[in-house]
Amino acid sequence: MATSSNNSTALLDIAEVSKSFGSVSVLRSVSLTVAKGEVVTVIGPSGSGKTTLLRCVNFLESYDSGSIRIDGKEVGYRDAGTRQRRSERDLAAMRAETGMVFQGFNLFPHLTAAGNIMLGLTKVRGKSSAEARSIAEHWLGRVGLGHKADSLPAELSGGQQQRVGIARAVAMEPKILLLDEITSALDPELVGEVLAVVRSLAEDGMTMVMVTHEMAFARDASSRIVFMADGGVSAVGPPREVLAAETTNERLRTFLARFRASHF
Amino acid sequence: MGYTLNFNLIWRHFDKLWGGLLLSLELAVISIAIGIVIGLVLAVWYVSAGRVVRGIIAAYVEFIRNVPLILLVYLVFYGLPTVVDLVYSAQTSFVATLALYSGAYLVEVFRSGLEAVPRGQLDAGKAIGLTPWQRLIHVRLPTMMRITLPALSNTFISLFKDTSVASVISVPELTYGAQWINFNTFRIVEVYLVVTAMYLMTGYILLFALRLVERWYRTAR
Ligand SMILES: Nc1ncnc2c1ncn2[C@@H]1O[C@H](COP(=O)(O)OP(=O)(O)OP(=O)(O)O)[C@@H](O)[C@H]1O
Ligand SMILES: [Mg+2]
Repeated sequence: MATSSNNSTALLDIAEVSKSFGSVSVLRSVSLTVAKGEVVTVIGPSGSGKTTLLRCVNFLESYDSGSIRIDGKEVGYRDAGTRQRRSERDLAAMRAETGMVFQGFNLFPHLTAAGNIMLGLTKVRGKSSAEARSIAEHWLGRVGLGHKADSLPAELSGGQQQRVGIARAVAMEPKILLLDEITSALDPELVGEVLAVVRSLAEDGMTMVMVTHEMAFARDASSRIVFMADGGVSAVGPPREVLAAETTNERLRTFLARFRASHF
Repeated sequence: MGYTLNFNLIWRHFDKLWGGLLLSLELAVISIAIGIVIGLVLAVWYVSAGRVVRGIIAAYVEFIRNVPLILLVYLVFYGLPTVVDLVYSAQTSFVATLALYSGAYLVEVFRSGLEAVPRGQLDAGKAIGLTPWQRLIHVRLPTMMRITLPALSNTFISLFKDTSVASVISVPELTYGAQWINFNTFRIVEVYLVVTAMYLMTGYILLFALRLVERWYRTAR
């Protein structure tokens, strides 16, 4: 599987990205390409930089060196090799092309389920509110919440809130969807309903990069799995290969063993 | 203890109190409205500004909060016209003073509200492609309002009571009305009983109304 940085068919091209918070080096020359329609799952121990990597992709976090391109376009910095940050207006426009779903849902508490989805459609995509409303209703239907359009987040269960979070992200028709441990804050019995939505998006061909600890789901739903350790990509490949118990990668084996011990 | 309460003289001059109460409310509403604008603008500016601007805003807040209101009222009404060539009425002077005063308190209320908006919500706003201005209008301010409304209500009630300070420069609001009746009838106990009741009642009505607004705001969709 190609992971080189000059893969011209890549939708997302992360090339030698490094980042540190103060003196702590969090990403060390991370390279990863994701083709259109691929579902790439990132796994790894706590603190290995998974969240930071996802947040760099839509420039919620800046990075110190390297480049991240979506459809060939540098995400956070102006092109031509400068390290000059894009204007806030440009950044907003770039971010509209990537969707993000958060561990903590992060719904806007003052807006209804439909309102959460409509905000970006009206303010960013310039749709009329009638049009935005019908798109919102369509996506709420897709995530099984057609009857909750006018509920406030506080009136929804965690699983329902997260499904609204997914609908809010995909309604913008992003080129790529970033999902960071989106089921970690949920009670176990609510995890399934959220993963079912993700699976159906994958079947529709949505390009996704997700961080998850749901190994069974990662194995079944991913095109490739990336194992991160200490801020670097330590292993990458098809699920069967990466999750194989007899891997020669010492760190990966330790991670999987500990994982199996605690999760199965 | 031969004092017997007699409210007749109070009722005869009740129009002084009623008119005073209406003026107190008017002073409070206008000053608070201006104060809200000052507070919001400075709070938003503060949370996005550099050290220098932050320092200046903090100095304004600290100054106002550490000087008694009555001194500020004297300063603006008697002091300012001696150094600048301005003519204004006592009432205008008081409104300007209370507006600056409430502005300083409201900067604090709004600033802490803005800083209490969870980062995740701002991230979500960024992630769907909202510009900084859109994030402020559609994400940060609405959430801030939900957080600050209770503190805001308390500040409003307290500022309403502060209008009584206007009596020291003879603005005929409620406390001034009370003093007038006291000087002219000597029914000191009666008049202050009635006026206390009027402040209390008005305060409770205001609080009740503000709590309704809070409830409405929490559940509005
Ligand atoms: N804003 C920040 N400031 C300073 N350090 C940070 C910040 N965000 C993350 N870090 C540090 O960067 C490292 C990587 O964090 P990150 O959240 O990317 O890890 P992760 O792989 O997502 O971990 P987890 O599985 O626990 O979510 C950690 O050591 C963390 O403490
Ligand atoms: Mg994380």
